[in-house]
Amino acid sequence: MGDILAILRDFGPLLLIGQYPNGPLGGLAITLLLSVLGIALAFPLGVALALARISPFKWLYWPATAVVYVMRGLPLIMVIFWVYFFLPVLLGRPVSGFTTMLATLVVYQGAYLAEIVRAGIESLPKGQMEAARAVGLSYMQAMRKVILPQALYNMVPSMLSQFVSTIKETSLGYVISVNELTFAANQINSTLLSKPFQVFAILAGIYFILCFCLTQLARHLERRISRRRAGQAAGAPVPVLPIALATTE
Amino acid sequence: MSPVDFSVLAKGDYPQLIAQGLVTMLELALLAWLLAVLVGTVLALVRMTTSRLAQSAVAAWVEYHQNVPMLVQILLWYFGIATLLPPGVQLWINRHAGEFVFATIAVGLAMSAYISEDLRGGIRSIPKSQLEAARALGLTYLQSFRKVVLPQAVRIALPTLVNHTVLLFKNTSLAMAIGVVELTYVTRDIESQSFKTVEVYLFTTVVYLGISLLLMTGGSFLERRLAVPGR
Repeated sequence: MGDILAILRDFGPLLLIGQYPNGPLGGLAITLLLSVLGIALAFPLGVALALARISPFKWLYWPATAVVYVMRGLPLIMVIFWVYFFLPVLLGRPVSGFTTMLATLVVYQGAYLAEIVRAGIESLPKGQMEAARAVGLSYMQAMRKVILPQALYNMVPSMLSQFVSTIKETSLGYVISVNELTFAANQINSTLLSKPFQVFAILAGIYFILCFCLTQLARHLERRISRRRAGQAAGAPVPVLPIALATTE
Repeated sequence: MSPVDFSVLAKGDYPQLIAQGLVTMLELALLAWLLAVLVGTVLALVRMTTSRLAQSAVAAWVEYHQNVPMLVQILLWYFGIATLLPPGVQLWINRHAGEFVFATIAVGLAMSAYISEDLRGGIRSIPKSQLEAARALGLTYLQSFRKVVLPQAVRIALPTLVNHTVLLFKNTSLAMAIGVVELTYVTRDIESQSFKTVEVYLFTTVVYLGISLLLMTGGSFLERRLAVPGR
């Protein structure tokens, strides 16, 4: 225990913000930045893929379905390798590890979010769309103003647990030397050499506190939302959406 | 870019390397899966008992393994927990492919948390009267679980069990981070020797995708075959 406190005292800042302000930002700050940006950019992609997956047009449905299945069937690390290799070719210039990891997370999480959004849309009664169309809204208007707002509200807990998955996935940035939390811990380990258990226990502890709090929040929201829906439906059976519908890790 | 030419995969010692990677990957996945199912079932049963202490212990186990990245768990086992073992045991494990042993333990135990939650969900959806009826017929507690409750619970939990099996299979790739020579490790190795990135990555991608899709379709086939009538 004393060892752990000593490591936290000596290396706490390195774990939290890396060498900043004397060097590049790193540690937990980069982990959080990567996951927030990743999920934020993955969200529009996820909605677009979900809409394509429920669209009647074959030329939209098949490519989107292929993307979703390829991402669900591949280990994240293989996607990282592909992006690492192809992104510089596409952009015509060298790409940082941070950008590589961010692009990977966007594509990977986009596919998982698409399945969550699709489940959210499909769990709404069909009458919603029919009523919206009957009042004279176009398909896209009905989607934007009637279906998506309700579906996304119901999906908030699953989105949050997907955010937790994203945080956990950023740890793979270590493999391509992104300066994030796991990388920082490995740096500390190779500086100290004699305290590997303590260093990695601290690392696991930091992830645990962060992810556990967010998971509890997701569960709390899920209970609230399903209570609210139960109230609205006045005794009708409530489709409870499973949390972490498509856990990635 | 030169046209894609897969003949590079047949050059030199690459075929042996690839074969070794494939076999290690499959062994790791199978052993970790067995460990996960074994520990997961025990955890699910313990959680069904009335002891508050046992329930909290299982809950803590599940939360830890679900809220810490699998890569970090692997690193903690290989670099950390390994050093806490008695020197004799350390030496023995390191002589017998230590990376592989610790990767199997880390992946298996992490996934046991998911499997136990799946089974718990399945068990909870079986009416309590089933267990009571089994006990009334004279079966012991464990017998009623094994013969009455679990067979139904497993079928109900099958979709999530299949999802988590695919997840486990994909996560075996993380073992490369501690130097287990499985398919991803071999892929990176051959790529850095041959610079035939597209060919090598495509091959591995197809292998992973093929096995994942096989598991998914096999799972949904089982779901249809084993569906509990009337549910």
